[in-house]
Amino acid sequence: MIDLYLNLPVWVQATIKGLIAIGVLIPVAGACSMAERKVSAWIQGRPGPNRAIVPWVAWIPFVGKALQRLGVFHLMADGAKFVFKEDVVPGHVNKFYYYVAPLVALIPALCTIVVVPFGAYIDATTETLKPLILADVDVGILAVFAIGSLSVYALILAGWASNSKYPFLGGVRASAQLISYELSMTLSVIPVFLWVNAPGGNGTLSLFDVVESQSQAGFLGGMWFIFLMPMCAFIFLVALFAETNRQPFDMPESESDLVGGFHTEYGEFKWSLFFVAEYVHMTIGSGVFVLLFLGGWNPLPWIPLEMVISSMPMWLGALVGVGCFLGKTFFFIFFFMWVRWTLPRFRYDQVMKLGWQKLLPLAIANVIFYALAIAMIELS
Amino acid sequence: MPTELNVPDAAAKTAEAASQEFETEKMSLAMGPSHPSTHGVLRLQLELDGETVTKCDPVLGYLHRGDEKIAENMTYNQFVPYTDRLDYLAPLANNAAYAAAVEQLANLEVPARCQSIRVITSELARVSSHLMGLGAYGIDVGAWSVFLYSFTEREKLYTLFEELTGARFTTSYSRIGGVARDMPEGWTDRVLEFCEQFLPILDEILKLLTRNKIFMDRTVDVGVITAEDAIGYGMSGPNLRGSGVKSDLRKDRPYWGYDQYEFDVPVGSKGDCYDRYLCRGEEMKQSVSIIRQAIAKLPGGSYYAEDARKIFAPRKDKVMSSMEELINNFMIVTEGPQMPAGEVYFEAENPKGTLGFFIVSKGGGVPWRMKIRGPSFCNLSILPHICKNELVSDVVSILGSLDFVMGECDR
Repeated sequence: MIDLYLNLPVWVQATIKGLIAIGVLIPVAGACSMAERKVSAWIQGRPGPNRAIVPWVAWIPFVGKALQRLGVFHLMADGAKFVFKEDVVPGHVNKFYYYVAPLVALIPALCTIVVVPFGAYIDATTETLKPLILADVDVGILAVFAIGSLSVYALILAGWASNSKYPFLGGVRASAQLISYELSMTLSVIPVFLWVNAPGGNGTLSLFDVVESQSQAGFLGGMWFIFLMPMCAFIFLVALFAETNRQPFDMPESESDLVGGFHTEYGEFKWSLFFVAEYVHMTIGSGVFVLLFLGGWNPLPWIPLEMVISSMPMWLGALVGVGCFLGKTFFFIFFFMWVRWTLPRFRYDQVMKLGWQKLLPLAIANVIFYALAIAMIELS
Repeated sequence: MPTELNVPDAAAKTAEAASQEFETEKMSLAMGPSHPSTHGVLRLQLELDGETVTKCDPVLGYLHRGDEKIAENMTYNQFVPYTDRLDYLAPLANNAAYAAAVEQLANLEVPARCQSIRVITSELARVSSHLMGLGAYGIDVGAWSVFLYSFTEREKLYTLFEELTGARFTTSYSRIGGVARDMPEGWTDRVLEFCEQFLPILDEILKLLTRNKIFMDRTVDVGVITAEDAIGYGMSGPNLRGSGVKSDLRKDRPYWGYDQYEFDVPVGSKGDCYDRYLCRGEEMKQSVSIIRQAIAKLPGGSYYAEDARKIFAPRKDKVMSSMEELINNFMIVTEGPQMPAGEVYFEAENPKGTLGFFIVSKGGGVPWRMKIRGPSFCNLSILPHICKNELVSDVVSILGSLDFVMGECDR
């Protein structure tokens, strides 16, 4: 089976990988929307969606009821609704950009998954840990930032193409906010890579190597970066909230003053593409956070994955790795939702002030501090 | 032939560009009548410079139903259901205020028990209305869960209202000269039970916002109304007290025996959105204290004015047994409660502010003219003044802190 796959032309392999990425991420985004409704219900002390059910499934004892209570069918009904609803396009929009904007939102969001490793396995021939990744490129994190930041164009395009005042304000806010937080976000990961790329070694920006350097032997070697560099993790997390437009930073669509922000004029399937893109962003953002600061697929600090799975068959070891990684990622997705349903929303100018006057100086000071500290350690 | 190179002077060009003023335009933005945070059908015609509001023009009347004219065409009792729809978040308080106004016209004193019932129901309505105001304010600044928490408490209150009046929302509980029916058996105990469990929950809800940094950033020093302005624009209720004016009709001009109860009137110091929010939170606690006192010293006796024979329809058992009462009942139902000629103005301290009724009677069962002073209308009149030079998001914050109801504003 694997031989057959490896003998295929490269472009067929790439297509298969891409389809798998889409096939995994879109259901995850859907599950996130279901989780959002259930988590918010849980936080607010209400049952949440628990009514919809399909006849045949309803007849399965226990399982049918459990699925109904989980609201799984609401998710499917919602999805079906988006596909079958009437496609209303307001007369005043710029049609071309209006249609392009949701695609521009979704495609970069899906592309970033390509360079994000989501697990690891022990290669039988070389006895070394290999990442489970669609494309193991050297520029790893740089590719994530570069492709991920393209999504700001979607919000600007949507706001502009809608040719209406509230989306316009949303689009303007989006462009300012996303650009200002990108700076702090990029600066916050520099110490991580300073630490990973010891002088004399091969310079790398690969996320796999970041996880590898969190699974070394020794006290410092096995330490997750969240303990080693808590300030970096904090800045990255705050910037991540702003980058994914989640409350308290959801300025582009703050529904109490801008109605719907950039997607006010969007409906049905095009709207759902924005919706999916937001959740995909959130999923990948959480994944990158886990890789950078929470030891990726390592089950616990100072206990690397290799130690746990060395005696297991290859497929089981890979599953354990993916499981650890996904577990942490899902916790962070839950954390995003938890914050959203607890905190009020900032005002637009406060978001900008926070980004430029607090977070950016902090990030710069942080880079300088860690650069000096790492240099001291290297010299001594 | 060599051509002369024309190198533009970059520095001069930049200086020229900087000296030129950019052609900027102001944008007009219609906030409402269908907008998530204009709480109903208020429309604000905003003029924006970027995101800063340079002019705010409230446009009213989307919910105008002509209540004052309607009142001229029906008997006094028939108008009670219309008062439900003034401030539809506190119908019990409106009912009682309206009945008290008409009773003042008739120079009628209702018995002590009726007064106590009106105090209890009005204070419950205050709690319910402020809970809604608090929750909706939560949504306006982005804290959704606060709304759900306060709504859960409101549902419990509505269950109590349903037991008392038969309706959860539009209660129509008052009649001229009394209330529709006495409190059911054990109802006061259930009210006390509610009060018991409500205070800790209220503290918990307030804890989510009061010292929350983001909430304080959004509300402190936003929409500041000075005491002079507040009085000048005729504001009332928590919005006036938030500006530091200690004015509460329950204290200043006690009605229904409010002077026998001990309670404090919370006032703010700065008059910003945060102060108004704090005032509402504290008022709920004071209301609970009033309810407890009123239930503790609830007098017995009749729940309606028995001696006012031409005003309050007699009880059913009397109608069935006595000819005179039957005729009386018929007259009140068809012709309305008989009022003397005269003019009267009565105002009560409602959750949203001072709700006033001005009634001109030429005798008989129908008012000749009625004017309603809706507190929300007066409170909103300050919007053009305070929204100037605020951001769009602040307008939302200010609107929420004024806690208005369009039903009462447009009438």
